[in-house]
Formats: sequence, C-alpha cells, structure tokens
Amino acid sequence: MHISINPWVWLGVFFTFSVLSFLYKDNPFYKLAEHVTVGVSIGYGMVIIWHNALIPRFYMPVFQEGKLILIIPAILGLMMILRIVPKYSWLSRYAICFSVGGGAGLAIPRSMQASVLRQLEATMLDLGFTTTQGINNIVIFVGVLAVLIYFFFSKEHKGVFGGIAKLGIWFLMVGFGATFGYTVMARLSLFIGRVLFVLQDFLGINLAG
Amino acid sequence: MAEDARKKTFWERLIQIDRRVIYLIIALAMILPFFFQMGLPIPVTKEVKDIYDHIEALTPNDVVILSADFDPSVSPELLPMFDALFRHCLKKDVKTIAMSLYIQGPGLIAPIIQEAAKDYQKVNGVDYVFMPWIYGYTLVVMDMMEDLKATFPTDYYGTRIEDIPIVKKIENYEDYDLIVCFTGSSSYAWWLLYAHEPYGVPMATGVTAVSAADIYPYIQSGQYIGMLGGLKGAAEYETLINEKRMATMGMEAQNWAHIVIILFIIIGNIGYMAIARKK
Repeated sequence: MHISINPWVWLGVFFTFSVLSFLYKDNPFYKLAEHVTVGVSIGYGMVIIWHNALIPRFYMPVFQEGKLILIIPAILGLMMILRIVPKYSWLSRYAICFSVGGGAGLAIPRSMQASVLRQLEATMLDLGFTTTQGINNIVIFVGVLAVLIYFFFSKEHKGVFGGIAKLGIWFLMVGFGATFGYTVMARLSLFIGRVLFVLQDFLGINLAG
Repeated sequence: MAEDARKKTFWERLIQIDRRVIYLIIALAMILPFFFQMGLPIPVTKEVKDIYDHIEALTPNDVVILSADFDPSVSPELLPMFDALFRHCLKKDVKTIAMSLYIQGPGLIAPIIQEAAKDYQKVNGVDYVFMPWIYGYTLVVMDMMEDLKATFPTDYYGTRIEDIPIVKKIENYEDYDLIVCFTGSSSYAWWLLYAHEPYGVPMATGVTAVSAADIYPYIQSGQYIGMLGGLKGAAEYETLINEKRMATMGMEAQNWAHIVIILFIIIGNIGYMAIARKK
C-alpha cells in the first residue's frame, strides 16, 4: 500500500467523501463540492470554447483569412446573449427562431426515418410457433400492438379493447422493471468507480493482483 | 397512545430501519469483494459479442470511429468500455479515430489513449488519431461524414491534419467501417440520425446501464450492430479481448451489491405483507 503524494488525488478523495457525506445528511462539505463542480465545469467549458471554437472558428477565419460571412452567425450569437439585457431581449427571439427552425428542419425528417419508419419496419416479422425466433417475433408483434392500444385514449378501455390495453400495461411494466434493474446497476457502477479511485489511486492498493 | 406504546414487532422494526444502515451494508457489500475476489463468471451476451465479431473481421485498412460522448459523471461506466474497444482496435491494427462530441470527453480519454498506445507500442498519427473537441455536436457528425479533414484542422495535440499520415487516405463516410458512440445521454441518436441513416455507416453503441433498455429496439431493427450496456457490457468486452481491467475488477462488487439489494427487496416485501396481514 502506497498512499498517494499527488495533491490532486488528495483533493479528489476529499471531494469524493464530501459528496458521499450527503448520504448521512446535507452538510457544508457536500454544498462546497456541489458548487465547485458547477464552477469548474463552467470554467473548463469556457476556456475550451475560447480556444477550440471562438479563436480557430471565428477570430482566425474572419480577421486573418477574411471570411466575412462568419460575421452573420456571430451577430446571431450576440443576439442570443442579449436575453440578459431586458431592453433588447426581444432580439434574441430572431436567433432562437433561426436555431429552432434549422434544428427542427434537420431533425424531424431523419427522426421519422430512424425512430418511426425503421421501427415500424422492424415489427413486420416472420411469425411462427415452430422456431424460437418465430415465438420472439410474436411477442414483439403482440407487445407493440398492446402498448399502442393502451395509449389510444379516444375509445374507452372496456371489453376486448380494454383487455388488450391491460396486456399493454403488463408489457410496459416489464419494460419499466428492466429499466429499473439497469438503473440500479448504473448507480452502483458509479460508486464502484469511486471505490476503485480511493483504493487504487489514493491508497495505492494493487487490486489486479 | 396505547397503540404507540405497544412493543413493535420484528417486521415493524425492520421496515423502519434507518436508511443509512442500508447504505452502510451496501457499501460494505461493494468494498469487501475487492479484497476477497471469488472469480464469479462474466458470461458474454450476444449484443457485446456482435461488436467484437465485427471488429475482429476488420482489416488494417479499415477505419473505426470511437466517440467518447460523455462527461465525468458517467465515466466509471463508459471509460472502461472505451478502453476495451480502443485496445481491441489497436490489437487488430485497424485505423482508429478517437474523438468526443462532449467538451469534457477528450480530457477524460487522453490518459486512457496514452496508456493503451504505450502498452501496444502504437503511435498517434500513424496507428490511430486523437481528435480534439470541436463545437457543433450534430454539425460535427454531419461535417465529418462529408469531409474529415475539413472538420478537424488539427489533432488533439495541435498537429496539422495534413501532416498526419493515418488520415491521408480517409476522406468521408465511404471510408468509415464502424462508428461506436459511448454515451450517457442521447448522443447515440445524433450518430444514428446523421451518420447511420443517411450514409449507412455501421454503428454500435456503449451506453450507461440507465439507457441500455432504450437501445434494444434499435438492435432489433438492425440499426445497431450491438451494444455495451453499463459496467457489465465493458466487463464482457474485457473478457472477450482477454484483458481483465477496470470493469472486470468492478463486476464482483456489482454482483454482491445486486445480491444484497435483491435480499433487501424480498425482506422488505415479506415485512410489508406481514404488517398488512396483521392490520
């Protein structure tokens, strides 16, 4: 066991325990760690944006290569920032309109293709009881139909229609159960990451054997 | 008053146990396995094996894009995945482009890349290339599908793109043979929408366990080759490439924590039913 002499590792350990101390109860160490995280993230982001976006993508092309067309998006960007000046905040709406319009125009047709049409295509399957794949396909087909019917609210969920909707609830519950199980796994993984950091990087314990 | 004063039953006391005691038990269940490894097996799922097989089938002229689209909050799950796939690509000698659409991504993967390159004696710019963060998210994806060199004027270390040997023959989407996006958010959809669907570049993803259930429809539809879900997915990949590293070490703790949580859920439900029956 070799305890680290790297001050950054010590700082990491301090903030790790500060955050975990919230599990006992809210306290000033947790608050400090929370605020430092927000501050560092924003500061880091600003520096990277300055060096990787503003200088090479705006300043150099405009002032060294004479690409004046870039001044138009720069003005739109400044208009967006004007949201913080109440007198001129209305100008930000033009920049937002441009951003939303462009974004929606790009995303909507492709989302339709990737998340709706391709998914519909994936429900058109070879159904059958003779093979495992055929039975799986029946489960997928019935599941999609039952869940869609559950979300159809223009007809009262009674009789056969209500029965299929209830089956849809069962499929949804299985889905939620799987998601919950995965969520538990995810949260534990984050803790494992911190345990590994404390044991290996801080205490210098060789866990690999 | 008499109700309050009566002696509580075992189940009542158990149901009202302080949550901090539960935290402590789970913490112990996760820390102790690091010292007492039982070597529990890590079976490999089809979703992970399919990605491995795809990379195994690639030749040294093929190009793989590994995009680490995450920040430190999810790095314990996603860094081991990136590490395992990057090592596999280096081992197979395929041309690898390591990058990130997230501002904090390059800083997280830089040490992983350097360590793996050192282990396999590979050189940046010759065997792989590490790209810097460029502002634009989906625009970066669209740009690099059309022209890689115009998207990234330099690599992460500031070397001009024209001076990097590995990218000389890489132009656009026609040269990409696999994209793997590692993400804790919806950036897998950005690659799907702007790279896979319009250009047909094969795709796989490594996601946090929280998002894993959302990915199955895309695997079933054939849009993704496969998926690595959470730390388990990373551990499975480490098993396949025969390198027991970060994820494999964590899986033993993960397994024991799951056992403890399952026991708590069973005990909690028995207690709840016992109290409900008494009432």
